[in-house]
Amino acid sequence: MSTDNRPLSPHLQVYRLPFTALTSISHRISGVLLSGGALVLVYWVIAAAAGPQAYATASTILSSLPVQVLIFLWTFVLFYHLCNGIRHLVWDVGYGFDLRTAQRSGQIAIGAAAALTLIAWLIALV
Amino acid sequence: MAQFVLPPNSRIKQGEHHEAPTGVSNTRTFKVYRWEPDKGENPRLDTYEVDLDTCGPMVLDALVKIKNEIDPTLTFRRSCREGICGSCAMNIDGRNTLACIQAIDEIDGDVRIYPLPSMRVVKDLVPDMTHFYAQYASIRPWLRTETPTPPDRERLQSPEDREELDGLYECILCACCQTSCPSYWWNPDRYLGPAVLLQAYRWIADSRDEDTAGRLDDLDDAFKLYRCHTIMNCASACPKGLNPAKAIAEIKRMMVARQ
Repeated sequence: MSTDNRPLSPHLQVYRLPFTALTSISHRISGVLLSGGALVLVYWVIAAAAGPQAYATASTILSSLPVQVLIFLWTFVLFYHLCNGIRHLVWDVGYGFDLRTAQRSGQIAIGAAAALTLIAWLIALV
Repeated sequence: MAQFVLPPNSRIKQGEHHEAPTGVSNTRTFKVYRWEPDKGENPRLDTYEVDLDTCGPMVLDALVKIKNEIDPTLTFRRSCREGICGSCAMNIDGRNTLACIQAIDEIDGDVRIYPLPSMRVVKDLVPDMTHFYAQYASIRPWLRTETPTPPDRERLQSPEDREELDGLYECILCACCQTSCPSYWWNPDRYLGPAVLLQAYRWIADSRDEDTAGRLDDLDDAFKLYRCHTIMNCASACPKGLNPAKAIAEIKRMMVARQ
């Protein structure tokens, strides 16, 4: 009997991803977004090096409302990646593998990221 | 490279609908993955309305009832019906578990049943386990020794050393964790997966085994071991409540410690 035509059973299509899986994929996505955000940072630094006129243009763009909203979200992404990265470091030394603990630490990482984002913006705006 | 979309021959089509007999009020809808190797068609999702008043409490009871009373062509593996043999591992309500210990009333809405994820399907709910077993064999899962066996007794182990195997020896190799792992979905050929790595650690942690260094050498590979990214689907899925993610972390720690 030929077995070449055997179908592959569905995976991502049907699996109900647990919370820990969602924090894991979020960590990856946040890493990608940070790489994109780093380009904006590079643009700002290059503009500063290129002279007052380029810097003025960059300042106008970066301080416009839509870009400010993006930077706000980017700040959250940055802190999420940081907090979840610390969670990974704790795992690497062998702690926090109990399922309950792993869920709790994920919630803490998200909560801490939100808090740090707000604190950072309060400091920036005040 | 990860393949997120199912290949064309694996996409699921709408299937047949089997209504409950008339006069039955307490029914539950089961949506079951079907694929027949002889027909040359795509897999389909058949719907069965099952009378719960004449059905046992577990999902396996419903599958047996469907096979006995509605559709004898439905194919699935089962044996012990009490969570110790691991035969009836499948994807139920979006999670991998054993059909025999998954209560129907713990599931909201329609009960969706698929084979273990990202496996080649032999028929209906029966996946091809050949590769999984080959990976298990590759870790040489037996006591490896250098010293001769004591002539007058077994190789002894202190109660404390024996305790190191708790949470490891209970694994029944049902592959619920193995096939719940996205890392394993994307790299099944090179990543050993949670079940096989838990077994690997079971022998590393055994005080009577004398080839710990060799076992670690075998696992020291970017793919075999280090595709684990602590997603923890394995621990969520395990029907025996074991924690493969923790066992894998212990192996990683030993890798660092011996450097």
